[in-house]
Amino acid sequence: MEKNRKMRELRVFAEEIRVLTLKTLGHIGFGHVGGSMSIVEALAVLYGSVMRYDPKNPDLPSRDKLVVSKGHSGPAVYATLALKGYFPESMLRELNQGGGNLPSHCDRNKTPGIDMTTGSLGQGISAAIGIALGDRMDGRDSYTFLILGDGELNEGQNWEGFMFANHYKLSNLIAFIDNNRQQLDGYTKDVMDIGDITGKLRSFGWFTQEIDGHNITQIHEAVTAAKENTEKPSAIILNTKKGNGCSFAEGVLANHHMNFTAEQMNEALEKAEKVLEESKMALLKGGKGR
Amino acid sequence: MIRINTELNKSRELMRDVYCSTLMELAEKNDQIVVLDADLVSSSGMKPFFKAFPERAIQCGIAEANMIGIAAGLSVTGKVPFAHSFATFASRRVCDQIYVSAAYAKLNVRIIGSDPGVTAAYNGGTHMPFEDMAVLRGIPEITLIEPADTVALEDIVRQLVDVYGIYYVRMARKNVTSIYCEGSTFEIGKGNMLRNGTDVTIIASGIMLAEALRAAAILEAEGVSARVVDMFTWKPVDEALIERCAEETGAIVTAENHNTYGGLGSAVSEAVVKTLPVPVEMVGTMDRFGQVGTEDFLRREYHLTPEAIAEAAKRAIERKHT
Repeated sequence: MEKNRKMRELRVFAEEIRVLTLKTLGHIGFGHVGGSMSIVEALAVLYGSVMRYDPKNPDLPSRDKLVVSKGHSGPAVYATLALKGYFPESMLRELNQGGGNLPSHCDRNKTPGIDMTTGSLGQGISAAIGIALGDRMDGRDSYTFLILGDGELNEGQNWEGFMFANHYKLSNLIAFIDNNRQQLDGYTKDVMDIGDITGKLRSFGWFTQEIDGHNITQIHEAVTAAKENTEKPSAIILNTKKGNGCSFAEGVLANHHMNFTAEQMNEALEKAEKVLEESKMALLKGGKGR
Repeated sequence: MIRINTELNKSRELMRDVYCSTLMELAEKNDQIVVLDADLVSSSGMKPFFKAFPERAIQCGIAEANMIGIAAGLSVTGKVPFAHSFATFASRRVCDQIYVSAAYAKLNVRIIGSDPGVTAAYNGGTHMPFEDMAVLRGIPEITLIEPADTVALEDIVRQLVDVYGIYYVRMARKNVTSIYCEGSTFEIGKGNMLRNGTDVTIIASGIMLAEALRAAAILEAEGVSARVVDMFTWKPVDEALIERCAEETGAIVTAENHNTYGGLGSAVSEAVVKTLPVPVEMVGTMDRFGQVGTEDFLRREYHLTPEAIAEAAKRAIERKHT
């Protein structure tokens, strides 16, 4: 019962992140909608349950760290950090504003709670490895979480990192791969077919789990299993939908970075808020989380 | 405070051995120092370090981009990483990783690029960095250093433990000509005047510093008084000293084991035109690729000789009067 309630709470948190991310993007009328929407549930599980952190002390050495290598998902991360009190929600209006603290891609020097500057794809894994190594050298039991995009895996540096993390048995590194099957120019199978990600990572020596990336319970259980594995780096392949839960983006091919009208956003928000209300009702009523 | 040797002889120790022993001594006192290499530990002379501090020595395999990113990540946790590869692969191959993951992220990384310019000798054109400093000079806030000998290298490596930011050190690996007496100290960002002169200033660094001193001797025999400056920091370059040299000698020659485009010649010229425009002549590998050969052959091939510097000095002096 307790666990089911927790999952329902995380579902509510996910829908709150989704709504706030849409509002954040709504201020400017364009942005990286698709890849922000697809990692909402992963962020909800990370910040709603599994990560150790203190918003009042974002540099706490013993915290768990998160490297969002697909740095263009900044809007979803910013919404999550605001909901957790790293900074006021009013700051979300600074997205992409000159002189503001919320650039399109994650920046550790601008935004409280961002652990690593990312945006040049393929580089996040190496930074995450360095952080995980540093924590291990100093005997901290922190985890480093990493969010990679499936399209991002085109970059060869990822595979250097996969090899390295296995060689050094970095079991304190847990990577999510947002397998939304789309990249900027189209479907990954058409642009650069990545093939079987799970099989590839397994052959690189990683502990792999492939799950529904929008299912809170599955994500939570996968992280638990990843933590129980103490011999290998972990990869959790999240099968997701790019633009998930955003009516004008979901199922649209060109949704990596898109313009939208105020009407489109209002409609999307109305729907997302309705889903949020339903999740709150489900929390009250009980039953299994999703 | 510096003192220089009266005679120019090859150093007893190899540059890489001094790098390794200095870092080992520092690592004894500072447990945050971490060393990374990309399958060149045998070349970089760091085997003793890897043996003495296995938990702080990270073999990254032949994956330089990953190595630079890991170094950046380590510094997030407070580590002081020193990452080495050949200068070609420690600069142009990993330019974006240095730019984004290290410099733009405002992290704390030291990068050692070995075998600068013609010292890559038998490794040939693919391994011969004539452009490493130029590639990196466009990165904001980075510090670029080329020490001339083992004394300078040791003092600079000691300083790199307590500074913060991105530091690239261009380091010959083997014997170089000893310029400085033991105990000399160096200030990053400040050039050293090794020899005074009134007709022209030769500004050099790395292996070209000894050639500059030899050129000054040639010029002296011909009645020309040449000043010699060790500009071991290419960025930030010592603009005040360059201005003073322009004012006091009226002509400048730069000498570098590197392409003059984007290199020391460019850095000095930019300072000269901003402060006190005087004639500048440049000695360097000009706009050419590297090639295989002995270091002596390559020095002659690319005109990195005292004679070439002396000729350039005379041209610069001549231009003063036109």
